[in-house]
Amino acid sequence: MTKKTYLAAINEALRQEMTRDESVILIGEDVAGGQASSGGPGKVGGVFGVTSGLYDEFGAERVIDTPISESAIIGTANGAALTGLRPVAEIMFVDFIGVCMDQVYNQAAKFRYMFGGKAKTPWVLRSMIGAGLRAGAQHSQTLHPVFTMIPGLKVVMPTNAYDAKGLMIQAIRDDDPVVFLESKLLYQTEEDVPDEAYAIPFGEAEYVREGDDVTVVAVGPAMLHAKAAAERLASEGIDCEIIDPRTTSPLDEQTILESIERTGRLVVVDESPPRCSLAADIAATVADKGFKSLRAPVKTVTCPHTPVPFAPTLEDAFLPNASRIVDAVKHVKAYV
Amino acid sequence: MTLQKTELLTAYRLMKTIREFEERLHVEIATGAIPGFTHLYSGQEAIAVGVCMHLADDDYIVSTHRGHGHCIAKGCDVIGMMKEIYGRADGLCKGKGGSMHIADFDKGMLGANAIVGGGPPIATGAAIATKLDGNGKVTASFGGDGSSNQGTVFEAMNLAVVLKLPTLFVYEDNGYGEHTGTSYAVGSDDIAGRCAGFGMRAEKVDGADFFAVYDMAGDLFDQLRRGEGPAALECAITRFYGHYEGDPQKYRAKDEVATFRETMDCLRNFRKRVTDEGWLTDAELDAVDTEVMALIDDAVEQSKAAPPPDVSEVLTDVYVTY
Repeated sequence: MTKKTYLAAINEALRQEMTRDESVILIGEDVAGGQASSGGPGKVGGVFGVTSGLYDEFGAERVIDTPISESAIIGTANGAALTGLRPVAEIMFVDFIGVCMDQVYNQAAKFRYMFGGKAKTPWVLRSMIGAGLRAGAQHSQTLHPVFTMIPGLKVVMPTNAYDAKGLMIQAIRDDDPVVFLESKLLYQTEEDVPDEAYAIPFGEAEYVREGDDVTVVAVGPAMLHAKAAAERLASEGIDCEIIDPRTTSPLDEQTILESIERTGRLVVVDESPPRCSLAADIAATVADKGFKSLRAPVKTVTCPHTPVPFAPTLEDAFLPNASRIVDAVKHVKAYV
Repeated sequence: MTLQKTELLTAYRLMKTIREFEERLHVEIATGAIPGFTHLYSGQEAIAVGVCMHLADDDYIVSTHRGHGHCIAKGCDVIGMMKEIYGRADGLCKGKGGSMHIADFDKGMLGANAIVGGGPPIATGAAIATKLDGNGKVTASFGGDGSSNQGTVFEAMNLAVVLKLPTLFVYEDNGYGEHTGTSYAVGSDDIAGRCAGFGMRAEKVDGADFFAVYDMAGDLFDQLRRGEGPAALECAITRFYGHYEGDPQKYRAKDEVATFRETMDCLRNFRKRVTDEGWLTDAELDAVDTEVMALIDDAVEQSKAAPPPDVSEVLTDVYVTY
């Protein structure tokens, strides 16, 4: 077991699965990089280096650089998956999904169902989510609700290096299309990560922190703030239980409901806008299935209903942060 | 002409099956017996058959909303197709797809597709799989004139050239994209020219002439199988019905279809050619007609009698329900 970054953990998962199963291919923009360049191919390995080194190891036939053509990337992944490969397709920033959504929600998500169970589409769509890099409105979104509401897709949002590796391996081995959303602010975070391959099942939430006072459910990049808030609250005598669903589809409702049976109080933290969001969805689920457990209204901590702003002062004000989570937790804790 | 007599009979049988399948659907749909949206392929049969006669079960095709002809030409079970269109439990897709979503993976038929331009990127993916396998298999991507205006199709063609994929992009220009004339919507009025602009060989043929389609498709597939990259085939044709069944077709002159049925009927052309050349006799062709009519009657009767899917099927073939 060695310390590895979230980024290195995903790279290791890809390498191990490509070694184990030759039907696994990578396809996307600059997943190798440097085609037809003076420096030669394979020098990029993804804009942040997640696929670095894989071109050298597996070659151009399995690490396929494409033009800037997102519909062709996902469409090609669809056709390849229908005919026996396990493509891992990269849409660099999740914001780019708009130009290829047809191939995601009308094609991949529906093949198995509308073809009467005879088709399988075992692909992984890797993409980056999250604000905080001053990247502006079209490179900073956290769009997991868009995917989570589509039947047929599975949606994965790892919040640490250990989960990132195990969930990626599961995603590649899964026979359904899996949207794997990488939080760019977490790429350099480190954890102990086993060297060997392991898979983490989907739909099993993790207790990040145990506590009896308030349940905090946080997904994706918002987990950083939830952990910081819990530390601060602990020093004030409020004991948070943090739950990481890890996958938003399937969603582990049971773990959330069990926690609320004990705490009676829930704060949901999510870096996406508030309406029709995962936060709203979890709040509604708990209102429906955990009503008797609740001793306070459910609070959500989300972004405002605006595009992601550019100026650092604005982006910082836009994002959920530990202070806002602390306030929400105190509010539900004080509610009689 | 290199076709043997049995192959000529197969070509005729497939084209005739498509024609009668569609003609019968036209009648049955008017009775209200068939749910949903249906787009008929009547008139375009020589294209599907002329292309698919070159393909084995493990070659692939992707199709369109007007896909019945491609399915039959690729070998899909006709009775299973009819049941699917009727929404029956033992339809090819268990009644969960319908006319616009028929697929048969055992036959290399990767799906009709109700999204114009949805199929070609999928075809490039299938071509990647066959190329990686090194098995010499090819993929045909069927689309209409309308699809040639879609960005996804441009992306797919460019990627196929970049990766030198064994994909044949077939464009069936039937004169209309939905209810708008091709010459209005296709700016250059030259689909093959567009394809050539992407860096692939692109040819044009008369889509009402089975032999022209068959010969040119064969030549292009040979190129694909030699690993020389993708190609395109533009076929000029008409459709004998509207965009969809129920389309009042006010945008077509009263005598347009009647004239085309006289002048651009691929089945009539085929019969004339093979009898003039002495390759087949009228009696042999008539025997096929009888056989096909019986098959279509049987398909409709079985479909009418077949049970609908159990409502529990709503929740199957998808990974999770809440």
